Amino acid sequence: MNARASSAALSIEHVSVHFGGLVAISDMTFNVNEGELVSLIGPNGAGKTTAFNVVTGFLAPTRGDVRYRGVSLNGLKSHEVANLGLVRTFQKTSVFGANTVFDNVLMGLHRHGTSSVWETLLNLKRVREEEAKLRNEARQILDFVGLAARADELGAALPYGEQRLLEVAVALAAKPTLLLLDEPVSGMNASETASFIELLTRIRQRDVTVLLVEHDMQLVMNVSDRIVVLNYGKIIAEGPPALIQNDPEVIRAYLGQGIGLHRA
Amino acid sequence: MDELLQHIVNAVMLGATYALLGIGLTLIFGIMRVVNFTHGELYAFGGYMIFMLTAMLGVNFYLALLGALVLGIVLGAVIELVLLRPMRGADIDTTMLIMIGCWIVLQNTEQMIWGGVAKSIVSPLPGEPLVFGPISVAWLRVFVFVAAALLIAGTYALIHRTKLGKAMRATFQDRDTAALMGVNVSAINTATFALGSGLAAAAGALLGAVFVITPTMGDLAALKAFAIVILGGLGSITGATIGGFILAFAEEMGAGYVSSGYRDAMGFLLIIVVLLFKPTGLFARAERIG
Amino acid sequence: MKRAVPLFWLALLASVPLWLGDAYFLHVLITTGIFTIAAMSLNLLLGYTGQLSLGHVAFFGIGAYASALTSLGFDAHFFGIRVVHEPWPAVVGLAVGIVIAGLCGYAIGKLSFKVRGAYFVIVTISFAEVTRLVALNWVELTQGPLALNNIPPFTLAFPGLGEYTLWGKVPNYYVVLSVGALAYLVIRRLVLSRIGRAMIALRENEPLATSLGIDVTRFLVLAAVISAGIAGAAGALYAHFVRIIDPDIFLFIYTVTMVIMVITGGKGTLAGPLVGGLIFGMLPVVLRAYTSPVAQWIIYGVLMILVVFFLPRGIVPAVRERWAKR
Repeated sequence: MNARASSAALSIEHVSVHFGGLVAISDMTFNVNEGELVSLIGPNGAGKTTAFNVVTGFLAPTRGDVRYRGVSLNGLKSHEVANLGLVRTFQKTSVFGANTVFDNVLMGLHRHGTSSVWETLLNLKRVREEEAKLRNEARQILDFVGLAARADELGAALPYGEQRLLEVAVALAAKPTLLLLDEPVSGMNASETASFIELLTRIRQRDVTVLLVEHDMQLVMNVSDRIVVLNYGKIIAEGPPALIQNDPEVIRAYLGQGIGLHRA
Repeated sequence: MDELLQHIVNAVMLGATYALLGIGLTLIFGIMRVVNFTHGELYAFGGYMIFMLTAMLGVNFYLALLGALVLGIVLGAVIELVLLRPMRGADIDTTMLIMIGCWIVLQNTEQMIWGGVAKSIVSPLPGEPLVFGPISVAWLRVFVFVAAALLIAGTYALIHRTKLGKAMRATFQDRDTAALMGVNVSAINTATFALGSGLAAAAGALLGAVFVITPTMGDLAALKAFAIVILGGLGSITGATIGGFILAFAEEMGAGYVSSGYRDAMGFLLIIVVLLFKPTGLFARAERIG
Repeated sequence: MKRAVPLFWLALLASVPLWLGDAYFLHVLITTGIFTIAAMSLNLLLGYTGQLSLGHVAFFGIGAYASALTSLGFDAHFFGIRVVHEPWPAVVGLAVGIVIAGLCGYAIGKLSFKVRGAYFVIVTISFAEVTRLVALNWVELTQGPLALNNIPPFTLAFPGLGEYTLWGKVPNYYVVLSVGALAYLVIRRLVLSRIGRAMIALRENEPLATSLGIDVTRFLVLAAVISAGIAGAAGALYAHFVRIIDPDIFLFIYTVTMVIMVITGGKGTLAGPLVGGLIFGMLPVVLRAYTSPVAQWIIYGVLMILVVFFLPRGIVPAVRERWAKR
């Protein structure tokens, strides 16, 4: 994909997560390389969202280690994880509903401002310049995802598909180097999904590595460089889309759920 | 040593009433998710009711005690029906504000009706204390302890042995599922609030007979009830029972060995310390966030 | 334009002593102003970070006591060490009051943001109750229930021209107005900045906010410190205006008054506490003619319930909505 494509950005090493007696993830190991788009798939309850929560610091693994660009995420709080460049979206739509679309993106830009409390209270020139810069960037991001016309509407007032876009815009505002998307197109109609795929391509052109959890197999097969398949908390297959589509164990896992891998 | 024993006995006597106060509050929080600021006022209400019944209407002391309990249940049901039922589904801060408003109204109404002068109650129990070697306890305190213990036991039996109790426990576990399974959650809410209020009123009637009755007696009682519930973990009945005794011990020891002026501060210091080390209270399962 | 509106109100408020002859009314305006400042500070926590602090009066009272003691001087033992303090000017007391209240805000912020929701509320109440009991029992320092008397008023020192003591109501009115305007400016700059956005983000959706790199503890503690500092300033103003304070200053009912002001006016809006403060500061004057203080409290309670039922977001947002619809 690009020059750094061969080096591992995110490495998940022997991670297990137990909830009491329940094993949500057992001994999971895989890498995501710089610039790659890796999808994490599996039947419902396979542990995908749990894996996501572990990577983003919302959940501490029972065993094992998650490293990003050589830094262990062990014990980091979720805002510290974000500051390493790992930014996630949520499975259930999650925006700042009572704020305007524009303010949503400004909130996303939080970690790109540096003004201190004192500077802010004194309203120094530096603070005003920084604010102008952030607002400018927010406008650019809204243009990038195609929500510029909605800037002044409240987050909660957007139709569902656009709320999902706003989520991505807010995540992009945090300038991730690794973007983790949790079922981004669930609930989108076909044309929204198609434009989302196009957006995903443009995001990748910005050198953003992507880890995707998704049920929409067509999307996954279309966009992924590599796919990791989870079932009952274990990795049952890993490889490029063409290989996964024909893997007998993967087909068996999905047949049990009545979902076809080739579904349009 | 004798002094210590005396403190322990005092603490046990006091602890039972505290537990009674705490159980009512923790039930209401656990089942309804309402931080009930009127709890202290129901306690004061119980005190005034026993005063009204015995001193003004000449009712027998024991019957008046029962009367205070029943009237507390009635007032609690009214508050729930008028103020909380229309607000079902509102967030915890909203109902808390309504309860604060209601608390102000109740307290000042009491002040208006009864005036600011403290009222005291004459109990039919013998005045001379019960003496065991170096320890002495007033008969009234013994009676209050027994009555509170009986009420606590009754509440346990209600929760664990009756159909209503089962429905309450189901609502506590999972309100939505309980509703789906046919539990009338509205009725459970009213019953819970009424029961909790009745227990507070009974505690007020019992302690009102021991101390004196004033319009602001509810404030400290409410804060102590919160302390008890926090110690035990919000929503845990066993926790509230134990919490009541812990608070009584802390106060008794604080008053005995530190300074009597700081008696009432013990509970709050205890809360702060407990929450520092165990943010969910001593006995609660971790509250789910989100 | 945006700047003109607050300046208009400030000018109007500044002109009040020029045309208002009634000393009692001016007195009420001053206490209203003091409680409005406290309500503004509570709004920063309650309205912008969404943390319901019901121990807010503790910071007000700590500010009052710290400022009063700084300007009165004291001779007391701190953990066995005797400390003798000579009186300092009231203005220094104000600064000390702000700093000490702010430090307490830091401690409570650090401590209680470990616990949230109902637990947080109860921790803050407990904190206020403990401070009240300390004020009541540490007689050597606070005179306990006997109250701190003869607290000196503020003084203005002009180099070469000597000192001017602010005895009357008019100078005190201007002191309160200046501090109020400054507090408003501090809160306004904060909430309209990136820092304020972070607080609002945490209030609206904490998981999302943290996933974007916003540090919960940092911003909630920051809000608590500034909020407590401003409440401390209000307390100090109160001490030097009323000139006598006792442990009743820590009563829960004062926190409730501030909460009512914020909720009625509109939490999370800059104008909300001002509107609510004016209403509930002035209401006693109106009600005084007809009712006893007890009945007045009943009316407060009923109003609070009615506001939560029918105007849950407060007056300012409701008016704004009505305005936008036209």
